[in-house]
This record gives sequence, structure tokens and C-alpha cells, in this order.
Amino acid sequence: MKHFKEVFANQYTLDAYGAYIVDKQLIQNALHVLKNDDGYHFLVDMTAIDYLTCKASHPQRFAIVYLLRNSGFKNLITLKTYIDSSLATQSIVSLFKAANWAEREIWDQYGISFKHHPNLKRVLNHKEFIGHPLRKDYPITQGQICHRTDDLMDEMTPRLKKKGLDKDEGLMFLNLGPAHPASHGTIRNFVALDGESIVCAVSEIGYLHRGFEKSCENHTYNQIIPYTDRLNYCSAILNNIGFAHAVEGILGVDLPERAKFIRVIIGELSRVIDHLVCLAAILVDMGGLTNYWYLYNPREVVYDLLSKLTGARLTNSYMRIGGMSHDLYDGFAEDLKECIKAVEEGMGDTLRLIEHNRIFHDRTQNVGIISKEEAINRGFSGPNLRACGVPYDVRVNEPYYHYETFDFDMALGSVGDVYDRMMVRFEEIRQSIRIIHQAMSRLPEGEVCVKDASISFPSKQNVYSNIEGLMNQFKLVYEGVKVPTKEYYRAIEAGNGELGFFIISDGSGKPYKVKVRPPCFYAMAAYPFMVEGGMIADAVLTLGSLNIIAGELDR
Amino acid sequence: MAVGAEAIFGNSVITTRLDSAINWARESSMWPYIFGTACCAIEFMSVASSKYDISRFGAEVVRFSPRQADLLIVAGTISYKQAPILKKIYDQMTEPKWVISAGACACSGGFYDNYTTLQGIDAIIPVDVYISGCPPRPEAFLDALLAIHKLQYENESILKERTGRNFKGLLDEAL
Ligand code: SF4
Repeated sequence: MKHFKEVFANQYTLDAYGAYIVDKQLIQNALHVLKNDDGYHFLVDMTAIDYLTCKASHPQRFAIVYLLRNSGFKNLITLKTYIDSSLATQSIVSLFKAANWAEREIWDQYGISFKHHPNLKRVLNHKEFIGHPLRKDYPITQGQICHRTDDLMDEMTPRLKKKGLDKDEGLMFLNLGPAHPASHGTIRNFVALDGESIVCAVSEIGYLHRGFEKSCENHTYNQIIPYTDRLNYCSAILNNIGFAHAVEGILGVDLPERAKFIRVIIGELSRVIDHLVCLAAILVDMGGLTNYWYLYNPREVVYDLLSKLTGARLTNSYMRIGGMSHDLYDGFAEDLKECIKAVEEGMGDTLRLIEHNRIFHDRTQNVGIISKEEAINRGFSGPNLRACGVPYDVRVNEPYYHYETFDFDMALGSVGDVYDRMMVRFEEIRQSIRIIHQAMSRLPEGEVCVKDASISFPSKQNVYSNIEGLMNQFKLVYEGVKVPTKEYYRAIEAGNGELGFFIISDGSGKPYKVKVRPPCFYAMAAYPFMVEGGMIADAVLTLGSLNIIAGELDR
Repeated sequence: MAVGAEAIFGNSVITTRLDSAINWARESSMWPYIFGTACCAIEFMSVASSKYDISRFGAEVVRFSPRQADLLIVAGTISYKQAPILKKIYDQMTEPKWVISAGACACSGGFYDNYTTLQGIDAIIPVDVYISGCPPRPEAFLDALLAIHKLQYENESILKERTGRNFKGLLDEAL
């Protein structure tokens, strides 16, 4: 921050929550200095805030928030700028490519425009949508029917022109998705083909946009937990943890030791099954169907454990603000051993089939490469970033729940191709198992929720037998956990990378605003550029290796 | 040499109604198209894998071309943006065809009562069987498949037009 503070000495102020407030005219310069001189080269996320119904007074209705990390990924800073009634500001895409889709999202959801943005159009909502749904004066249930799908030529034609091509010159246009087996849910890639090579690609997302962030503003903090399950539904519990972790940060509570360890154990188990789906799916895409059974069936064993523990197979909603809904059950340790055995077996079988398999190597090595610098600039995180050789893992760089005391290695790739991304995931499964073993052996006895009647639910015994317990329960359910006013960001390492929640609380039981930092949103934005010049069959693998989960991508 | 039921009959002749024979053939080999968009689709992966094994009910040939499928399983949230695509896929399937709406979202929008989520796919396309759950358990998918079989042998006849085809959804005028 040294340079920033020197250059902008009298031109910034610090707000109550530690954000640097900079005038909108200066924002581009400020980010330039921060990036090039202070080493803040990772744009974590950006979002807008609509203060329309906020109790505290603010100079303008809208503000934009930039979250940045420096080169060690340790320090996080928040930059904020208020937007006047022109509702426009400068784009920062020239500095951070990651801002491209982020700015489009802000335009889409809040109607703030960015000057000199290469292609400012909606990204989540459909083309016929009128208005900006995350504005406070947009009614939450006001749906708008979409009649026609965007043909995306408005994006394709200029891109082709830039490459010196013309759309009428023997190119073939093809839609891959949104309803396509390789589109992993609901992603649409529109490609211009010359034979089997992709000369130009455009991606469209938002087909699974289900209004998570708007719904959050309407629910109490604990009611949001089930919504978070459905972000990255392959590892629901990690999302629970991420959200609870952020809210607990605002509350300033420290979890009981046992709760932390349970979160580590269940969280790592979720990471394992998340990676399993990703690997199973990509191997199917490659034609290795057998591996699908090897890798998917262990998930069934884990599902059995999870349904015993939480009552649900997939959407577990196990966490609560301040802990979790209940303790582990008797016999959990034995079941967990079974799970790990099944995972190890399945993984071993698969690796024996592919590890030294020439076809597998040819299909994956040097395919879909992204360089270190590019990946950072585009906001990659998690296994996708580590596959490029960048040692960034929230568990290591900004440890929580005692991760610094666990003995595990960070899996790193060297090339940043499909192969590396897959192998990093295989290795991370091994490392997660190591962590689980250590956490199980160190698991302390004790409570699993903070002892604070304003946060944790009273025991059922109390609710049914005395009025204090009953009232306590009633208030927590109806009014929610009261979270003090703050603007706050906190992240965990989820299956796909840095999963962060930027939460604005206003002292009530419901958040004023929640913004998720979905790791695969940024990976997806880079995808069209990664596949251009390659073969269409490789594009399928590249998509699979990025592990794009639509629920998290579109929210 | 014949194995299974065929072997028992030897060279004898079986008489039956044409409808029964055709319905029997249909129900024994449904070809599903999975319109999987979200979490419910992950549960369908379990249905297809060995533990629950949908092939026991003859429906393991999952098609990703609507033109080759006769059972549309909509598993996941359908947003307004997705709706025209769902409609197009449905229209591309040839008759006879059946639709399963799997999970709270597809049936009613689920807990996404907001600006972006279609409040039930039956506003767009006709649905034959609904499955509750968020997500439904794999057994529920299998149960729905059996319910479709039942519909077939109870209602279907090659002599009559398929019923309920005068459906008009939100997007029918527009396209
Ligand atoms: S019904 Fe539930 S599990 Fe299924 S798609 Fe909707 S939110 Fe996901």
C-alpha cells in the first residue's frame, strides 16, 4: 500500500469498515498504482451496492466495491467508490481482465455502466429483461418471460472482425449448449469453426441464474444456509461453511474447538467428493466411461454417511451460524473409514487405468493451457490456479480453523493444461484424506455451537420445558441472528477455489446485501479465450477440467 | 438359443392385444433425455450409476438428442432464460413422448420464488409425472419411471390420439 498512500495521500479516506474510499475519477489510477507498484495484482471480486433503503447515510445511492489481494495472496484490501447520478464509471478491464464479466454483472444487476468496457451487456439475466433486479426498488418476485434466445452474433461479429475474419467466409457456427451433454449443466458456448478448429468462441451464462443474492436479502441468516447448499451442489457443505464463516466474522465469534475440527473433517470430505464428480465427468467426456463408475460410486458411500449425519444426501444444510445443527453420530468414525477406503480404491483403480495411458496423455497434455500471469489476471483460484503453478490456497495463505497446524502439501502443476488440472485434483483428494486423518485423531470433545443465546439455538430440552428457551428459539427463528452493521468479506477454500461472501449487515436478522465470489465465474469468463485455436474435442475437455458448476456460476 | 422368458415358450404362439404388446415394448425401453440443469441432475447421476441402476427398468439409454428420446426428465431449476430452450427441446421430441418433472424447482420453482425462476415447467410444457423433493432421492426417480409405465399401459392405445395434447403454454404463441 506504500505507493498508493504516497500518490493519493490526501485523496482517499478510510470508512468505518476499513475500505479505502476513492473518488470515482481516480479509481482507474488508484488501481493502476495498486497493481503495478504495490503488487495487488489479483482482483478478487467487485460488486455494487445500492444504499437506497439503508439506514446509515451515504453520499450517493450507489457504490462500487473492489476487492484485491497482493502477490502473497495474504493481504486483502477493499476499495470503494461512490457513483453519482450519471450512473457511470470507468471500466478497469484494461488492468484486470477478470473485471470484464464482473462489470457486466454490475451493469446487469444494478444498471451502472462502465465507460470503455469492450462489451457491456447483460450476463446473468436474459436479453429481454427490463430493469435491474438487485436494485432495492426492484420487486423480488417480478419475473419477466423470455421468448427468444440471444443469437450472440453481436459479440461474435466484432470478435471475428478483430481477427480479420468475416462471418460469411466459409465458417461454420455451432452452439455447444446450453442443452448439451458436455456443457455440464447449462453453459452455452457459441463457436465459429473452421473444420474442427475453433477460430472464435463466445460464452453465454446465466441459464441457471436463480436469484440467490436477491433471495438472501429476504431471508434470515440461518435461512440462507439451504440456499448456499445449492451454489456448488457437488460440495454443499463447503458452501455452508463459507457463508457461516463470513457471518461469524462479522459477529466476531470464535467457534468451539470441536466445531472447527468437525468443519475441517466434513469440509475436506466435501472437497473430496467435489473433485470426484469433476474427474468422473471429464473422464466420461474423454470416453473413459468405466472411470465414471470407479469415481462416482465412492460418492454413494459418502452420501450414506452424509444422510446419516444430516438427513440429506446432497443438499445437507449442516452448518448454522455459530456452529452446526448437531454433533457427529455414534459410529461416525467407522463410517468415515469406509468412505475413505472407497475413495482410495476408486481413485486407485482409475489412476491405474489412466496414469500411464498414452491416449489419456495425448488428450490432456498441452491442451487448454493458461499461463500463470494470465490466470492471476483473470481471477483464477483453487485447483485451476494451482495447476498453473501458483501457490495460492486460502487454507495456507490465510489459514482458518487451524489449517496451519495440519500437515499437508499444496498440489501444484507446472503447465496449466487439462492434465495438470486433473492431476492437481487427484493429489488434492490424497491431501484432503491426510487432513481428515489428522483432524479425526485430534478431534476434541466439547460443544459444537458457540455458547451465546443470541446466536445459537437453545437445546430442544430447553425449548420444550421452559419459557425462556421457547422465547429464545422463537426469536431466533422469526427474527434471525442479529448481526451488527458491517461491510465485510471473508473467504474459504472451497472445491473450486476461493469462495468468498461479501456481506453487508444492518443490525437486523437479515443481510442487507450478500455477494458471493464464485470461483468458477472467473474461470468461465476465461474459457472462450482458452479454447480458441484448439480443436472442438479439446474444448470439451477444457471445460470439464475447469469444473464449472452452474449453480455457483450463475447463482 | 433363446434365454429368459423366451426359452420357456419354445415354439408356441402367444396372442395378445396389439396395444398391450406395443405398450409392453415401450415401457421396457424408454429412452430418456435428461434436461438436467442443477442439483437435481447430480442425483440423476446416482440413478444412472450402479447402485440404483436405472437399466433395471430399461431406461439406461440416455440420449442427448431429443429426436432419439421419448422421455423428457426435467431435473433442475428452469429460469425464464432457460424456458425457450426447454420448449424447443420438447418440441423436437417426436410423439409419443412423456415428461417427468423432477424436484421442487421444476415442479413449482421450489424455494426460488423470485424474478428469475419459472414457477413450474408446466407453464411451458405439459407434464405427466411430478416428483417431489429437493432433490428427490434416486428411488423417487425410479418410482416416477414406474408411474410412467403405468400411464402407458393404462392410457395408451395406438388407435387414439395421445390425450392432453391441446396444451397451450406461456411460450406457445410466441414461437
Ligand atoms: S429442487 Fe432443489 S435440488 Fe433440485 S434443482 Fe431445485 S434446488 Fe436443486
